Amino acid sequence: MTQAMTGARMVIQALTDQGVDTVFGYPGGAVLPIYDELFQQSGIKHILVRHEQAAIHAAEGYARSTGRVGVAIVTSGPGATNAVTGLTDALMDSIPILVISGQVPTFLIGTDGFQEADTVGITRPCTKHNWLVKDTDALSRTLHEGFHVARSGRPGPVLIDVPKDVQFATGTYTAPEAIRSRYQPGTKGDPAVIAALAQAIETAERPVLYTGGGVINAGPEASRLLRDLVAKTGIPITSSLMGLGAYPASGERWLGMLGMHGLYEANMAMHGCDLLICVGARFDDRITGRTDAFSPQSIKAHIDIDASSINKVIPVDIPILGDCASVLTDLLEAWEARGSKTDRAAMSRWHAQIDAWRAQDCLRYKGSETVIKPQYALQRLEALTKGQDRYITTEVGQHQMWAAQFLGFEAPNRWMTSGGLGTMGYGFPASIGVQVAHPGATVINVAGEASWLMNMQELGTAAQYRLPVKQFILNNERLGMVRQWQQLLHGERYSQSWSEALPDFVKLAEAFGAKGIQCSDPDKLDEAIQEMLDHDGPVVFDCLVEKHENCFPMIPSGKAHNEMLMGEAATEQAIEAGGAVLV
Amino acid sequence: MALNIEQGSTSHSAYNLRSTFSDVEERHTLAVMVENEPGVLARVIGLFSGRGYNIESLTVAEVDHTGHTSRITIVTTGTPQVIEQIKAQLGRIVPVHEVHDLTVEGRSVERELALFKVEGQGEARVEALRLADIFRASVVDTTLESFIFEITGTSDKVDAFAELMRPLGLTEMARTGVAALSRGSAG
Repeated sequence: MTQAMTGARMVIQALTDQGVDTVFGYPGGAVLPIYDELFQQSGIKHILVRHEQAAIHAAEGYARSTGRVGVAIVTSGPGATNAVTGLTDALMDSIPILVISGQVPTFLIGTDGFQEADTVGITRPCTKHNWLVKDTDALSRTLHEGFHVARSGRPGPVLIDVPKDVQFATGTYTAPEAIRSRYQPGTKGDPAVIAALAQAIETAERPVLYTGGGVINAGPEASRLLRDLVAKTGIPITSSLMGLGAYPASGERWLGMLGMHGLYEANMAMHGCDLLICVGARFDDRITGRTDAFSPQSIKAHIDIDASSINKVIPVDIPILGDCASVLTDLLEAWEARGSKTDRAAMSRWHAQIDAWRAQDCLRYKGSETVIKPQYALQRLEALTKGQDRYITTEVGQHQMWAAQFLGFEAPNRWMTSGGLGTMGYGFPASIGVQVAHPGATVINVAGEASWLMNMQELGTAAQYRLPVKQFILNNERLGMVRQWQQLLHGERYSQSWSEALPDFVKLAEAFGAKGIQCSDPDKLDEAIQEMLDHDGPVVFDCLVEKHENCFPMIPSGKAHNEMLMGEAATEQAIEAGGAVLV
Repeated sequence: MALNIEQGSTSHSAYNLRSTFSDVEERHTLAVMVENEPGVLARVIGLFSGRGYNIESLTVAEVDHTGHTSRITIVTTGTPQVIEQIKAQLGRIVPVHEVHDLTVEGRSVERELALFKVEGQGEARVEALRLADIFRASVVDTTLESFIFEITGTSDKVDAFAELMRPLGLTEMARTGVAALSRGSAG
């Protein structure tokens, strides 16, 4: 159970014992002993990124697409500070990752040593928990505790800061089985409150399920139970950006995504419902719009593993603290034990109302025969990849919202996007993490040209490991979402929101040994997309699209769900002074 | 359809008599039992500053050496919703073992210790000594021109004593912040 070894060796041993097969990282002075150990083994594959931020996003992509803890190794000082954006991203989206950072030797801590930074201090607010390990004997225990904390309760990022002398010194290694953590968040919901929800389902006339990333985090069983619940009760279901795929887009009761750029039928159903069941989502401001006008007539139930998410933004009537899978099991059981009842007559009226909203066809856009519309590009991508073993990542902006609107997700863990933090530059490295975890799958990063440039150095990583990631760049030569807001809110003064001096993306790809494709003709788009999909290697697809397309529907800041903008018309004065301060 | 569930009640709190979404600010004393590990106080303070919560008083000390446990006593103010959020946010910090809201969990006692330096001569000096006696403050240091008084009591009592000492030559004051325990057996 215990064994003497160096700290550096312990890191490898702990990763091995935790079942880690891949780490993402970048070496440096303070992690040299760990890299030396990595060199002398073959069980763990190391993916060398080109920037530490990318290591974290790649680990996030790996984690989100597999349900396992993603691991990254960075050096001290700049290595650790470069990891901060990724850690914050993982914290906001509850992604389980473990980051090992090197640190200057313990006797140099506090002396402003070379490449010294107060890493635990800097990362304290952007991790679920972090540790500075000053004693080799405590290292293995801390590593195992780190994995436990990252994946337990509401998952999140953890960081373990390991000084170089701790890596060199010899200590006692303890295996994971010998450790019992004090951190044991509860997973089981209160049966009395679950029974109250089951009762509410029986009498509801206009119920809606609003699901989020928590369902994905709760594992495939939670998604299965959710589908079961919808099939048995007929309750229409919508989801936040983070929860797409938990219920299939082809499912009968699917309303599409809700929120600021959500579908008309989803937002109208939220506004008009009399029972709102939130499962593993957190009433983010992108979802609620104006909170005092949010779903005004509904009884609200909230199932969440994190007590601080309940009653944080929206007061709820039926709060259930617990793991989504566990609570959904108990809920189905309780509802079935009571006779599996719903108000069928009212529900069919509700379904008819939703069909009427759906008939508005809110994603309708004006097609073009000369220019590729971004929506069209995504519709073609969807058509040409349907039914494939497909994973999608995105950057942040208009393309991200269009991807959420126009791509259909049939299973969980297939959609990786930066929801809470909105990190431009997330998608490319995340696609690398996903591809490493799923070598045979089709992995596509739907990007905007501006976001994509933020981590374009990862072309080197993709080329080195021959990762066939497809970078599908909707290039409008604009920061599209910024431009849209400037048009709607700031008197069409387009301050710094165009992409000047863009590279030739085809040549850029070729410079890294990847394939580049450019397409600007709608008639040749299918052929070009097929060429991208058929190529066995990384592809940068420069899709030149309509430059001034806006993303609709849109709930303007400071407005309620039933005040959506449906298209180009009537967008003037859409956002009042009060809403302009909101982001 | 009518459901008889108190709005704002949560399954982790039995105290659902108040409306969680009232606008009235309340003062609550929280006792937070934490693992005595490096950085734990920074985590708690960072939570309050990062999320914009108030700290009126904060005290911390190890209370169980063998169990590596420290007790942080925090006096905070906020609407009931904010207080609930603070407790939930504290509760999810990994090295936090327990969060007790002494203001709602039955009756509790609160005490604060303060040291006052009062400088003066003649009648003011005599008056300071006389008032200190009334407040059961004790003299822990004296020179011909000054006293240091030690006073223990509720924050209100310490505040009242400070008000009285100010015109009598109060020049310095050190306060520990509030320590609090619930009454009766530990349960």
